[in-house]
Amino acid sequence: MSTVIKTPRSNVVAESHGFDVGRVRRDFPVLDQQVHGKPLVYLDNAATTQKPLAVIEAIENYYRRDNSNIHRGVHTLSERATADYEKVRVAAQRFLNAADSKEIIFVRGTTEAINLVAQTYGRKHVGQGDEVLITAMEHHSNIVPWQMLCQEKGATLRVAPINDRGELILEEFEKLLGPKTKIAAVSHLSNALGTINPIREITRMAHAHNVPVLVDGAQAAPRMAVDVRELDCDFYAISGHKMYGPTGIGVLYGKAELLEAMPPYQGGGDMIASVTFEKTIYNRLPYKFEAGTPNIADTIGLGAAIGYLEQLGLDQIERHEHDLLSYATREVSKIPGVEIVGTAQEKSGVLSFTMGQIHPHDIGTILDQEGIAVRTGHHCAQPVMQRFGIPATARASFGLYNTREEVDALVAGIHRVIEVLG
Amino acid sequence: MSDLRELYQEVILEHSKHPRNYRALQTANHKAEGYNPLCGDHYTVYLDLQDGSIRDISFEGTGCAISKASASMMTQSLKGKSADEAEALFGKFHGLVTGKAGSGDDLGKLAVFGGVSEFPLRVKCATLAWHALRAALNGQQEAVSTE
Repeated sequence: MSTVIKTPRSNVVAESHGFDVGRVRRDFPVLDQQVHGKPLVYLDNAATTQKPLAVIEAIENYYRRDNSNIHRGVHTLSERATADYEKVRVAAQRFLNAADSKEIIFVRGTTEAINLVAQTYGRKHVGQGDEVLITAMEHHSNIVPWQMLCQEKGATLRVAPINDRGELILEEFEKLLGPKTKIAAVSHLSNALGTINPIREITRMAHAHNVPVLVDGAQAAPRMAVDVRELDCDFYAISGHKMYGPTGIGVLYGKAELLEAMPPYQGGGDMIASVTFEKTIYNRLPYKFEAGTPNIADTIGLGAAIGYLEQLGLDQIERHEHDLLSYATREVSKIPGVEIVGTAQEKSGVLSFTMGQIHPHDIGTILDQEGIAVRTGHHCAQPVMQRFGIPATARASFGLYNTREEVDALVAGIHRVIEVLG
Repeated sequence: MSDLRELYQEVILEHSKHPRNYRALQTANHKAEGYNPLCGDHYTVYLDLQDGSIRDISFEGTGCAISKASASMMTQSLKGKSADEAEALFGKFHGLVTGKAGSGDDLGKLAVFGGVSEFPLRVKCATLAWHALRAALNGQQEAVSTE
């Protein structure tokens, strides 16, 4: 009798001497399909990434074996679920290099993380006549929560401008910092332009004015190693689904002393230490901010995604995507009539472009017929479109499983667009 | 591929590049905006409505080839029509682009939009100006949104 030892396909790791994209691709079942009779070329990773088997299996295993509520049951399944859930907090702490796991708050995603800070820290510290500082390249999720806060408090939203390459003008940002500024919120990597912001310099400038900084890390987390202590940011927000994990789960990192001083976000179970009708004592960090039964399964899925990224190595991923973006930029620039929007020196992952009178929506439809998935529209960053005087762009965004051959398919697809609509 | 040619027919491409009645209408007594927040397409439809019939019609704005050609051809087919006829034509057009009507034989030139029914995501593009038209006929002041 022989025993067959099955090696899970999800355990594929990058070879030490390089990044084996062919092997990596086999970890993502969704990539193995045809769209309109052509192999799928998935270039919409800034919208959401595909999920490796490790993530899919972690969620399935949780529901098959361990499903139980956490932090309350004395039974075995509850203990297992609690342990697995809390392990992810430690994994996220390591992933972001936070000082303490209690600085990791699980939320639905980046949007909820920013709303949490706006509604707790913001409502406590921003008052009439005060200012909140953001940049002109923010996603709507890092604009609207601050706008709502400013409206409620009679405060003003200030916007630091960007230049024609799509880079933050740091001197202008610094000039806008002042005694009225109560918080600054900036993206680490712009979803519409691909610009990487110099967060360390931004936090240094802001802290010189005693202004805390929230960083929207949704696009950066899957593309580069993030070290919140090195960046010295006060809050950092990420979304699981943009880093090869599930939807509906994300992380808010906050410096412990800030989180301790903030009022809770939502009330309910789990966020309390004791409740009487006269008085409720709130739970300690991080539970103070996690009211109700959390998204346990997807948290565990996020843990698997973090493990997967760490196995491959963020440095390797960053190098691979940098190579892809350079190659794509060079090849797409050669096509007459194509204009790249967002040409920052420091850039990653995102290639936004326009094609003269050809509307991005039509580009998207024709590329889809070639099996190529790109995003078209304003990318939830309408002010960025207004800054460049365009209604929309087509955007190819890369992930760790994309290849140079797929860039070639994109280039051929763009030629096809010209053929049909030019 | 044939689907793509079906969608982007020559007539449609020609109208998207050279839209007819593409201007603000000085004599307009009704107007309305149509906006698709998902893709940013944005049009204003102007009407000169006299005794319940469309004496003149024009539009301006930005959007994809489908939405612009649809707006252009809509203005051509509605000049001189009554408000009721315009409503009825929209009904038929909507049936055509959503694949719920027949061949579109009774739609005249508008039948070229039949290919849209194979692209469900583009139905909103094809009907955006029509929704704005309906809002203008009903005297709505607010921009109509596809969402």
